[in-house]
Amino acid sequence: MYRDISIVFSGAAGQGVKTITTALLHVLKKCGYNIFSCTEYMSRIRGGTNTTEIRITEKKRQAYVHHIDMLFALSPHSVEHLQKRISSNTFIFAEKERFGDQWATNFIDTPLSKFALETGSLVFSNIVAAGVAFGIFGIPIEIFTDYLHEQFAAKGDEIVAKNRAAAKLGYDFGKHIAADKGIMPLVNIATESPDTLLMDGSTALGIGAIAAGCNFISSYPMSPGTGLLTFLASRTKSFGIVVDQAEDEIAAINAGLGASYAGAKAIVTTSGGGFDLMQEGVSLAGMIETPLVIHIGQRPGPATGLPTRTEQGDLNLALHSGHGDFTKAIFSPGTLEELIETMQRAFNLAQEYQIPVFILTDQYLLDSISTIHRTKVQRLPIETFIIKTAPTYQRYAFSDNGISPRGIPGYGEGIVRVDSDEHDENGLITENFGVREQMVNKRLTRQLSLRGAALLPTLIGPVNQAKRVVIAWGSNHGVLEEALDILSDNTFAGLHFSQVYPLNPIVKSLCENKTLIVMENNATGQFADLITLETGKPIAHRILKFTGEPFSVEEVVDALKEIDHE
Amino acid sequence: MNKTATPFDMPQGTDVAWCPGCGNHMLLQAMKSALHELGIDRNNVVIVSGIGQAAKSPQYLNANMFNGLHGRSLPAALGIKLSNRNLVVIVESGDGDMYGEGGNHFLHAIRRNFDVTVIVHNNMVYGLTKGQASPTSQRGMATPVQVNGVMLEPFNPLAVALALNVPFAARAYAGDVERTKSIIMQAITFKGFSIVDVFQPCVVFNKLNTYQWFRENTTYLPENYKPDNRGAALELLFQTEKLPLGIFYSNEKRDLYEDLINIGTTPLYQHDQPDENAFQHMIDAFL
Repeated sequence: MYRDISIVFSGAAGQGVKTITTALLHVLKKCGYNIFSCTEYMSRIRGGTNTTEIRITEKKRQAYVHHIDMLFALSPHSVEHLQKRISSNTFIFAEKERFGDQWATNFIDTPLSKFALETGSLVFSNIVAAGVAFGIFGIPIEIFTDYLHEQFAAKGDEIVAKNRAAAKLGYDFGKHIAADKGIMPLVNIATESPDTLLMDGSTALGIGAIAAGCNFISSYPMSPGTGLLTFLASRTKSFGIVVDQAEDEIAAINAGLGASYAGAKAIVTTSGGGFDLMQEGVSLAGMIETPLVIHIGQRPGPATGLPTRTEQGDLNLALHSGHGDFTKAIFSPGTLEELIETMQRAFNLAQEYQIPVFILTDQYLLDSISTIHRTKVQRLPIETFIIKTAPTYQRYAFSDNGISPRGIPGYGEGIVRVDSDEHDENGLITENFGVREQMVNKRLTRQLSLRGAALLPTLIGPVNQAKRVVIAWGSNHGVLEEALDILSDNTFAGLHFSQVYPLNPIVKSLCENKTLIVMENNATGQFADLITLETGKPIAHRILKFTGEPFSVEEVVDALKEIDHE
Repeated sequence: MNKTATPFDMPQGTDVAWCPGCGNHMLLQAMKSALHELGIDRNNVVIVSGIGQAAKSPQYLNANMFNGLHGRSLPAALGIKLSNRNLVVIVESGDGDMYGEGGNHFLHAIRRNFDVTVIVHNNMVYGLTKGQASPTSQRGMATPVQVNGVMLEPFNPLAVALALNVPFAARAYAGDVERTKSIIMQAITFKGFSIVDVFQPCVVFNKLNTYQWFRENTTYLPENYKPDNRGAALELLFQTEKLPLGIFYSNEKRDLYEDLINIGTTPLYQHDQPDENAFQHMIDAFL
């Protein structure tokens, strides 16, 4: 019996892979299974090959696996596309009629179109496919048909009835084929309480932003950063969020800063290429000491790169963005919990320190779907730090920690001036060398307390005892955790960083006398370099992947085993 | 020149970075008088600017100021207005800042039609970078870069604005402080995107478009001119001799962006806590 299964659905864009997997995930969640799902798709609207992996696992897992236990191939091309992931243990479900001379004898003929047409139309093929999967797993059909009822009730009884009929045809076929081919049903490993939420990374980010009191977003659409924009756009009414689709990324960030200057809690979202354009705004945020949260959903660069794929190649870009010396912070969440929490931290930190704060995610993390228990949706107190100004108010009054009380126009009797030129305490242009030096120091002094307040990495396994420490950031949280679990070798432990800059001074002591291994999705080891820069510790091994795909659990286990043999 | 004291005056002795005789001085006087005569509370107005000599204007005007980046005054102004629509938002910019570096924002800000007044100091040359061509430089003007004279067609800002259905378009001449002040007052009072393109001599770098040249080559629109016909206004803006001054077009019927996207009068800083019921409801949708 399967205790851990990887099911893959693959077809051309427009063939309904998403409909099938959405249905599956909802029903599996309702049954209390631990599920994780990730998607890879091509940069096109129709055709190509889109693939979604769904894992049902005994332990809660949040990582991509390379191997496929069951493949539902909706198009001939998808088998070719996934060839490397198919083994003799993979059951391949496909429709003989569709494959023609590309049919192979080990495929299981699954008459999706035939059943769909029997129900009335080809559009039911997706429901048939989902039915087949449930039949194979031995999950009670009622849970699926109840779900269909919920989904289609608004469209009338006839549509509901047809969907149910399609589901039943697929389900019976699945049951029959499982018995016939000796496919073991899924062992009952359902452990999650039904009080869990099912969502993707973009949704978690959006929930975090709303929890933080975000009320302004100005952005230009760019994959994979757009998800946050659309999430907030569909909730403007409930939460009074102002949403503006900017003419370009330059406008987006400058509008964000204008809004923040006037007191809004502002965010911009983009990807690396769009962020290239935003950099002047980061520099402006540093100069005018105006809070702003910047989300970069990373994808492979340079230039247009691979628009729909994943990478962690923009750490250096964010870290060094904007000319001149000033303070910033960078978060890098890796789970739904961390996405929700770090987004709130980012807003609070931006307000408190009056700086630009980054959230770095990537396509893999944003598009992956997983569950989070309702009680794990952490809420942080919303911090604002806006004061009512007195007539003598000075926006850049000098202070011990470098931070001046933040006034906004129209609230109080003071005048609030911000200036991209070097300025005096009143915010007025100056070319006085002494004031210039004081202002640079003012903008940098806060770095010290920011460093002390930086999030500590999550410890995975016996970090104190292990002689080797594997370091990951952002979306590689789940894969590192699972790989170390599988490796089950006490000489290895892990650290996951959901804040990559600045690093807490404690990080240095965690790295003391350890062989450091850094795994990340870029070609040079950007975080590895940053760790050395911040802690002075050398990195012994770099596990790097930059094909545009995420790490699989298998390849991380293999890479760590190889290090073990050295 | 009318030099009546206003609450917008900076303290005596404030160092002003403009050349003696520059049109900016007159335009600044017109701005301060206009704000004063309109009875605008200086705590309730934000002057937004970019970079350039014109963009330094808010440095010399005692009110809230967002002196941002080159070309980016309009996006910043949009953010400010959407964040708190009770604020009077005025953009001061030069021809390079607004029509060159900020050209794309100029187009799209007009399309939005949010309530902002845009004053462009148009001296048809780059002053701060020492005399290169600007988007509005006349053909033939020789500069250190355009050594054989400007060859590009000059940008016609108000015609472009009208093509985008700008609801208020006016042109003024900085040398006439009184009339300029009056036009600026009407632009500020206007609800919607109002642009005033102000002809202004650069006494150091533009030897072509001098005070005398503007006096000889401009004329005010006739007293009985009605600014309600977009086509007729456009015709006037295509004129290349005796450039007309005044309010070409004024139409308050266009919907405001703030209204279209339902922005209330409560500034965003006053509601930065999410509604708890709505939050729980949102979360439950993912159960």
